[in-house]
Formats: sequence, structure tokens, C-alpha cells
Amino acid sequence: MKKIDSTKRYEILRERMGNGDVDRRTFMGLLGAAGITTGVSGGIMVGMAQQARAAGTTLNFEGWGGVVSEALRKNAFDPYEAATGNTVVDSTFGGENEVLTKIKAAGNTDGHNILHSSGVSWYQRWVDAGYGSELNEANIPNLANVMEAIIAPFRAITPNSLSAVPYDYGTTGIAYNTKYVTKEEAEALGANLLLKKELKGKIGGWGDAANRAWYGALQSGQDPNNIEDWDAVWDKAREHRDLVLKYWSSGAELMDLLAKEEIYVTEAWSGRVAALQEQGHPIAYMDPKNGLAWMESMFVLKGSPMAEAEELLNFMLDPATSIAVAEGQKYPSSLDPNKVPMTDAIKALPAYDPTGKLANLVFRDPVTWNPLEKDYTAAWNRVAKGG
Amino acid sequence: MERRPWILLAPALVTIVMLVVVPMSFILVYSFYENIDLAVDRVAFQFSNWQALFLDNYYRIAIWKTLRLSVIVTVLAAVLGYIPAYFIAMTKFRQRWLLLLLLILPFWISFIIRTLSWIHILGNQGALNGLLQWLGVIDAPLQMMFTEATVIVGFLHVFLPYMILNVYVSLEGIDRNLEPAARTLGATPWQAFLEVTLPLSLPGLAAGCLLVFVLTGGSYVTPLILGGPSDYLFGNLIHDAVVSELNWPMGATLSFTLLVLLGAVVVAYSRLMGLNQLSKAFR
Repeated sequence: MKKIDSTKRYEILRERMGNGDVDRRTFMGLLGAAGITTGVSGGIMVGMAQQARAAGTTLNFEGWGGVVSEALRKNAFDPYEAATGNTVVDSTFGGENEVLTKIKAAGNTDGHNILHSSGVSWYQRWVDAGYGSELNEANIPNLANVMEAIIAPFRAITPNSLSAVPYDYGTTGIAYNTKYVTKEEAEALGANLLLKKELKGKIGGWGDAANRAWYGALQSGQDPNNIEDWDAVWDKAREHRDLVLKYWSSGAELMDLLAKEEIYVTEAWSGRVAALQEQGHPIAYMDPKNGLAWMESMFVLKGSPMAEAEELLNFMLDPATSIAVAEGQKYPSSLDPNKVPMTDAIKALPAYDPTGKLANLVFRDPVTWNPLEKDYTAAWNRVAKGG
Repeated sequence: MERRPWILLAPALVTIVMLVVVPMSFILVYSFYENIDLAVDRVAFQFSNWQALFLDNYYRIAIWKTLRLSVIVTVLAAVLGYIPAYFIAMTKFRQRWLLLLLLILPFWISFIIRTLSWIHILGNQGALNGLLQWLGVIDAPLQMMFTEATVIVGFLHVFLPYMILNVYVSLEGIDRNLEPAARTLGATPWQAFLEVTLPLSLPGLAAGCLLVFVLTGGSYVTPLILGGPSDYLFGNLIHDAVVSELNWPMGATLSFTLLVLLGAVVVAYSRLMGLNQLSKAFR
């Protein structure tokens, strides 16, 4: 079951209009109709949804929204619901800190089961906070097809049992509009393209503290996993801030800013750029040297119905499902290409690693980054606001 | 002591205590806790959060920006809101209820959607840029989004109905014969408005101003959606502390501070204007 509120419905419509699927007049009409429908049918729908959920177990899933959610809904959740009679209620978060704030405020994990969790850092945080579950890997036989290289960092944190299964990976590189920036210029400047003064007011950035610090390290010529001069990092972040029109905070916002040419260059998530390219926008993507790679997992929170959650994870890791989701969300699957043949569409995705070893991608080292997160997050929030 | 007034007041007092005083007390207590790491707090009685608040210029700048923007939005809302309120109150249009319905119609749509809608109006490929380009006024889109101006427009869009309704209620209560009486005594229409209608509608205007000021001062979503990096209010620092830094003790300190600041404005305003004057707006 897709939990969809009026805001989400609006975002979907907005994305479709951005893609050219609907014209402005139709958009406004649909927006009005959506508002009225929400008002009139909301109560009825809630009642019907409650009845439907009573038929099987309900799993609450929270993810990143946009094309990622659509790919999961279409290729994983709908077939899973049809096959099992269970229900997956999926919703969107702006980041896992939002979920952690809600859980902490409520004092329990009620209403939260599975998260499309970002990176090993967050895996460690959830586990350290006591919200990690213990997956029975015997119930997830498809885990055997997942790359060892992508499982290893998670197993290093919880050697006895996993709380999540790695599901996909990607990079945060640089997207640029080819009408205004040439490939040669982008490749020559690398991460410093984001500091090009001539593009002032047409530069964007991801407002995430760790990302800003990573790119500040690249721009100040440091190894992001071994930053020695944090002042230089924040100086570069300030230099970037003074050129920025908008820091984006979601994939949908990133796509909207690029598609509407509000900005010409920004850091970007590889899959979102691939989605824009598929829609015909003149947006190119490059990973600068030491660009940030990340892996995402499906994290099961403590207190969730484990058998059903494991069944869903196994279903999602089924090669056919995993490949269909990967093609939809534009992020390579965590399945080992040496064990599961990948399609040409996946092989063409940014960040795809045909070796299955991930040796060429640079991930954030949680041992280095996690202890510093409190400080660099607070520092970045100040820099972002002119500090 | 007479018990009857207290019995009559009891439901309201209990509600206020349970829904305002108790939660705010929790927040005040939390402000003395210590944040050890992200989302990890230690029960303590220490003043580091309050110390940071008073000694750090970062917070003072945010308070200044908040007060400044709240004043700008309030003044603009007062000017822009008075005109439609006056029109609705004075019109001879029989279906006046329809105008009032139009006024409250936007409340049916989510506040966030209403805010996001400005991207389609002021954006690079928005309606306004499209119109200007179609008319040949400009060749390339004007950069209008993600500025302080768009934040102000977003606030006005959302809060203007509060101002209009307050002023309307005040105007509606004015005796319709007063302006004609002033005219018969030689006043011009403008003089009649300035010296009769405007002073009598001030309680409604004052109530609307107070409401818009407080609502703006406590906002954070509008700057987040429509503003650029430097467009933020004190509420955005609370959002940062609670959601981004997972530092609830600091978030509690900032929340309590905002409550005290806005509460002080309400108290000062009521002393200045007289709360009994404001209540006249609703008679």
C-alpha cells in the first residue's frame, strides 16, 4: 500500500510537470482535483486501508522518495504484497536523522520497521543507539548473491549478525548542464567546478554536513578520509556558499533545480542524474578524483516483525527484483556481477563496478568520520548560515 | 474566597497547564541536559547551552534577522491586508459570504504545498518569467527564486488571510452611519476614512499585526523552501539543533528562548495597545 499524502501527490505531479509529462494547465487542474479528492475521500480511504491492513502483517518502510520510491513500489513492494498478502506502507523521509528524532521523541519504534538506510555510518549509529535487529540469514538465502565487499563493512560493525542487507550503491559526483559547461572544462576543474566564480548564483550544493566536508577536503587538496586541516575545509565551504543559489536536501529538489535550470552545476547523486538524462535533460555527470561513493542498505529496526521483514528482504534481493529496482532507481544493485549477470542498462549506470570488488570507489571511513560528526555537523550549520 | 469563578475557569486552566505549562517545563528542564554525541544526551544540571546562547554572536544574529523579517512581513501584511478587508466589509455585494469563503479557501490546501507553489510562479520556468518572456519584456529568465524577497512573498501568501480576517471583523463592527455623518460635517472621503474608520478599526489591525508577527517569528519551513543560504530565522536554528545535529538540549534551549522572546513581544504589545483594546476587534 502506498501511503500518499497531498504533499507527496503534489511532488509527484511537480516532477511529472518538470519532466514535460503534463502541461501547466493540466498540472493546476490536477492539483485542484487532488486537493478536493483528498478532502472528500481521505476518511473513506483511511478506513479502507485499515481493513486491508488487517488481512496480513504490515511493514512500514521509509525511503528517499521520487524515482527511488517509485522503483521500489513498482518492482518490489507491489509484487511482494501480491505474493504474500502482507502490506508494505512506504513513506518518504528527508534523512534518517528525521526518523531517529521521531523514534526518540516517541520512545519506541512503533510505525517504523525498515529504512532505506544510507551508508555504513548510519548503520553504526542505529546499532549504537540500540535499534539494531538480528536478522536470521537462513531466512534470506538470496544474501549469498550479494557482493562480499559490500557486506564486509556492515559485518565489521556487528560480527555476530546483520541488522540490514546492503541493497545498492552509488556516488555523489558533480552534475553540470552541458549548455553552459563543457566536458573538457568540467574534467579539468574537477571538484573546483563548484567554485567557479563566473557561475555565481547558478551553483547548487547538497546541504548535508558530511558531504560539504568531503567536498571541502577535495577542494583544499586533502584526502577526505584523512583530513588534517579542517579550517581549510570550512574556508572552501564558505567560498562555495558565497556562490550558491540553493542547498538542496532531497533527490526530487535536486532534479527540479537542474531540470528547470535554476542551477547549472551541483554535487549530485549518480542515479538522479541518470534519471534526468533518461528524461532528455542536457545534464552530464562526473566523479571527480576521490569523489564520494556510498552504499545503501535495507535496515530492519528492532521490534519489527522479523519473519515478514526477512521474507521481504529476500524477495527484494531476488535477482529479477533487484535488477528491476536497480534499473528503475538508476543505482547499481548490491548483487555480485560475478554471480548474477547484470543487464546492459545496469552496466551503463554511473558508479557501476563490473569487478564486484568496489576497489575503485572511495567510501567514507566510519572509523574516521563518525567520532567527528557532532562537531562537523554543528560547524557546517554555522558556515551554511554565513558563519 | 468566591469558588464559582475558579470552578468555571478550571477547564481552561487545566487545559493550559497540561498543553502549555507542563510541556514547556519539560523543555526548560531538558535545556540543562548535556549532549554527549549525536542523539545521546546525559541528564545533568549545567548551563553550557545557555552560556552558548548568551555568548555566541551566531544566535544574536538569528534573533535580529527574525525580528527584522517579522516586522517587514507584518507591515506589508497590514498594508496589503487592509485593502481587501475594507472592500469585503464595505461592499454591497449580496453574497459577501462568498468573498469570505474565497479568503479561507487556501486553508484547505497544505501550507507546504502553498509555499512550494511559488516555485511554479517565480521560478526560472515559472509563470511570471514565462509571461514576461512571452510579452518580450525580457530575453532570459529573471532569477527571482531563493531570495529574501521570495521568503517574504511566501510569508505574506500564508499569513495574509489572518490579517484580513482580523481587520474585516473590526471593520464589520463599525456603525455604517459614521462615515456619512463625517461627510455631512464637511470631511472629504479620505478624511472620513482617516479620522473615523481607520481609528475605529485599529483594534483589529493591531490583533492582526500581533498574529502575523508571532507566526512569522516562529516559522522555519518557508525560508527552508523559498530562501537561499542566508535566508534563515531563529526557528531554523532550532530545526538544525534538533533534526540535523540531534542535539536536543540545545534545541530545547533555543525553543524556550524563542517562546520567551515572542511572549515578551506579546506582553509588551498588550501593555502598549491594551489587551482590552484588542478584544474590541471581536465585539
